Amino acid sequence: MRLTDAERAMLAGEAGPVRQWAIEHQMRVGRYLGAADFVRVSQAHIMADTESLGVAGVQWLERLASHPAEQRRVRIPTITDPRGTDFAAAAKLKHQPWMLDLERRAIAAFEAMGVLMTDTCINYQTIMPAVRNEHMAYGDTGVTIYSNSVLGARSNFEGGPSALSAGLTGRTPRYGYHLDAHRRATLKLRVTYTPTELSDWGALGALVGRHAGDYWQVPAVLGIDRVPGSDELKHFGAAMASYGSVALFHLDGITPEAMNLPDVADEGMPVHATIGAAELRAFRQSYVGRVDKIDVVVFSAPQLSLLELHDLAAMLDGRRITVPTLAITSPQVKSDADRMGLTARIEASGALVLSGMCFYQSYAREMAEANGWQALATNSAKLTNILGGYGYRPALLSMAACVETACRGRISS
Amino acid sequence: MNEFVATAAMGKRVRGRALVAKDGFSARYDLDRTKGVFSRQEHKLAGQSYVDRVLVLDAAKGGVATAWMLHEMAARNIVPAALVLNTVNPIMVQGAALADFTMMSGFAVDITATVPDGALVEVDTQSNPPCLRLLDET
Repeated sequence: MRLTDAERAMLAGEAGPVRQWAIEHQMRVGRYLGAADFVRVSQAHIMADTESLGVAGVQWLERLASHPAEQRRVRIPTITDPRGTDFAAAAKLKHQPWMLDLERRAIAAFEAMGVLMTDTCINYQTIMPAVRNEHMAYGDTGVTIYSNSVLGARSNFEGGPSALSAGLTGRTPRYGYHLDAHRRATLKLRVTYTPTELSDWGALGALVGRHAGDYWQVPAVLGIDRVPGSDELKHFGAAMASYGSVALFHLDGITPEAMNLPDVADEGMPVHATIGAAELRAFRQSYVGRVDKIDVVVFSAPQLSLLELHDLAAMLDGRRITVPTLAITSPQVKSDADRMGLTARIEASGALVLSGMCFYQSYAREMAEANGWQALATNSAKLTNILGGYGYRPALLSMAACVETACRGRISS
Repeated sequence: MNEFVATAAMGKRVRGRALVAKDGFSARYDLDRTKGVFSRQEHKLAGQSYVDRVLVLDAAKGGVATAWMLHEMAARNIVPAALVLNTVNPIMVQGAALADFTMMSGFAVDITATVPDGALVEVDTQSNPPCLRLLDET
């Protein structure tokens, strides 16, 4: 990789061992993936829940954080993805003291490095959205795909160690979606049904992701007949990234790089597949068919926006849930929801509003065992994809059907 | 032919028994990392132990957690010997770099259709170009 004088100095250890480790790590990654040089980034976003980190990861962070302040502090705004618990509700979730201890240690290490503990995977809705062509180091697949596709930003998936490295060095290896050549569509898909429910936007994203199949595929989707809203594209992108490891999509005439589709998709490219209402129905049924009685209802993955909480509050007004029901949002949205009375309205039903965590990043297996949860209803296609490996049997329903299910205890679709 | 050239590799050269499937890989989505087995019921290796095996799979899947989890798995020594993929995503590369884990990807053939399950293989990350060798197909 070509290095600038500043990068050579970091590599030589002139900025201390923490930044030296960071740039060495980035060079190993960059060489593997064919980066010719580095690109400056303006933000980093770190996924580092302690279930992923484990004790070894937390100890590793603590070693970095033990260096002198001028050596360990990040050089660009660096924020965090959801944490592994909501400390205010940990007992209700049956999170164990050792989990909270690990979380506190990780938080202390990040704070010592100057990281802002935003604890959110919807920073593009709540913190600071990226600008078109702005280079970023985003460490959540949902954040990356939304920012690349809807906002026209430029980021690869940056896992925790690499996002932290980007925070420390202020740059990232220039490969993948930082480059024009990788942002062109590699397959075309036609849609004959534009979803109206968030769960169906997630299902559509999941099907597009399955067709795409891997990180280096960029689907161009034709046939969406209106401009979707931010929450719709949030679920669409998050599911696509989850099912397909996809980091960038184009919507014909809608997303910024595809306002004129031939700009990003060869005109001769055939349509790879068509997705309609029947395919979405079959996708939903592939999950719903496995469960009847429900143990827990979860709204999460991604964290809920203020508008989603507003809708949920309206659906729960005057109702009483009969199975545990969790609505999970960011700390930024939670304080607004508290102030506007949404939290109180939702919790009047018996449901719980949690903040700063995400269900699957919060010791999902241990929560299942401690609470006796297996059958789970959600309106998040992303969550249905993840939780199977944790021993859950998830059902994908609309938000309204999830509320009915929460009140009756059985699937209501 | 018993040698398959890869476009990229990292980590130490290792030998081990291959565990092969035409399926994806994500540490969070697919594994019970406490027990060291594939836990997602839909995965073609569901129920099988991955410990000390050379995993030969199709593509990196899922989210960003694998970037930490390979390091955590290695620290507890409940970890595959190596990961061999047709297609990587950056997360696998970042995770392997942190954990100093052996990984190889990018073949002229579908590597999952070429390596028999259970074969003894060598993942030679040090040769130039890197390559996967079939040592014993039994």
